[in-house]
Amino acid sequence: MAKYLLLKHYRGAPAAVNDVPMDQWTPEEISAHVQYMRDFAARLEETGEFVDHLALSPEGTFVRYDGEGRPPVTDGPFAETKDLIAGWTVIDVDSYERALELAGELSAAPGAGGKPIHEWLEVRPFLAVPPTIAE
Amino acid sequence: MTTPVDEVLLRSLTPNVLAILVRRGADFATAEDAVQEALVEAVRVWPDGPPRDPKGWLVTVAWRKFLDATRAAAARRRREDLVQEEPAPGPAPAVDDTLQLYFLCAHPSLTPSSAVALTLRAVGGLTTRQIAAAYLVPEATMAQRISRAKRTVSGVRFDQPGDVATVLRVLYLVFNEGYSGDVDLAAEAIRLTRQLAAAIDHPEVSGLLALMLLHHARRAARTAPDGSLVPLAEQDRGRWDTESIAEGVQILQAALARDRLGEFQAQAAIAALHADAPTAEETDWVQIVEWYDELARLTDSPVVRLNRAVAVGEADGPRAGLAALAELDDSLPRHAAVAAYLHERDGDLATAARLYAEAAQKAPNLAERAHLTRQAARLNARPSS
Repeated sequence: MAKYLLLKHYRGAPAAVNDVPMDQWTPEEISAHVQYMRDFAARLEETGEFVDHLALSPEGTFVRYDGEGRPPVTDGPFAETKDLIAGWTVIDVDSYERALELAGELSAAPGAGGKPIHEWLEVRPFLAVPPTIAE
Repeated sequence: MTTPVDEVLLRSLTPNVLAILVRRGADFATAEDAVQEALVEAVRVWPDGPPRDPKGWLVTVAWRKFLDATRAAAARRRREDLVQEEPAPGPAPAVDDTLQLYFLCAHPSLTPSSAVALTLRAVGGLTTRQIAAAYLVPEATMAQRISRAKRTVSGVRFDQPGDVATVLRVLYLVFNEGYSGDVDLAAEAIRLTRQLAAAIDHPEVSGLLALMLLHHARRAARTAPDGSLVPLAEQDRGRWDTESIAEGVQILQAALARDRLGEFQAQAAIAALHADAPTAEETDWVQIVEWYDELARLTDSPVVRLNRAVAVGEADGPRAGLAALAELDDSLPRHAAVAAYLHERDGDLATAARLYAEAAQKAPNLAERAHLTRQAARLNARPSS
């Protein structure tokens, strides 16, 4: 019973094996990819391991506090940062091995030529609550 | 005039009512749903008219819900109605039935998270929403987890004897891990373990119950008002719940007297020795090390060896603790935290500060990370000599 984040990058992860940009796929290949992602989420719901998933716009803005009574400073929009998060899936699983297995499945989503993308996904454990029994 | 429903009493009737339905021939999965519906209805109608016989009321309503569900399913399949009429009330359920439910919900074919969820619902009488909130997952996910678990055990015969050890592991998980919704999981685990102890005479069940009571006793002292962790040595022992400690110790002594030691009794014995010390300095670390030796013999868990190294450090000095630690794999969770503590006790503050910071990076939860970061900061802030 532990939660993991499966993090998908637009940029910043090592290059995928089938690394053709999505705008160069056929429309059918795009549909197949989208369907694969939907099926993946549906399967997780069915196994009782699904927590959340969301996709992010590639463009973001940096914001920071600029002192009392002043509006926050913004900078951007940036699409050129080194590391760019595309979206995530949060799972609740019984083991780290199971998290890796699911990330592997997600990375097999089809891309150009209907072949798996072999995309690199980042698996990050969530910080949990402290256990009651410590010693 | 309405009277609020005593939900704990209501939920304590759950396993009994469910067992009666199963004994009458209902399949476990449908019966379990029917009992849930009856519980919901009880919460709705009891305030205006509490029944004289709560259990009888629940059995009647749950059985009706079961028949409705079975008839609806049969109609859907355009099959003949198999269930004809309500049977005469069965014999008073044996405590054995409750025990069988524990076995079923902790069946070895279930994953730990499924077994936990099913136990909390079918034995604990919690709703799917409450269980989902306690484990921070969407309600739909928890509903799937529970219905899959029910499918997994659907072929298991209800009267098949089970293994108490699997049940104890599930209850231990409920006690030890979980977020917090509107359900106090630790209190729920204690309630379920008490109920189990009433159904079966087994020293390890007593051991686990004692362990839970002894740790639960320290709950108020474990957290500072700002939510940060207070380590055992720094806890205000005046805030420990002496009643809970007394009960835990008494249960443990009765279990140990039967001379069938197991890991939960050994863990409880360690907790009891801590509970017994009026101040941290008066802790009987020599005895605690002996209990860790027993525990290591029983479980061979690396976590036990790590905790043993801490105890050795207290009993025989930090150098001895570090020597014990040196035999262990340094990739173990909390290894760096233990090393930091022992190095600090040994006077090597620079190494301790570095290891505390390293341990904070690896901490599995926020409270520990904050605690370890503060330890590193405390040592880093010391006046340089």
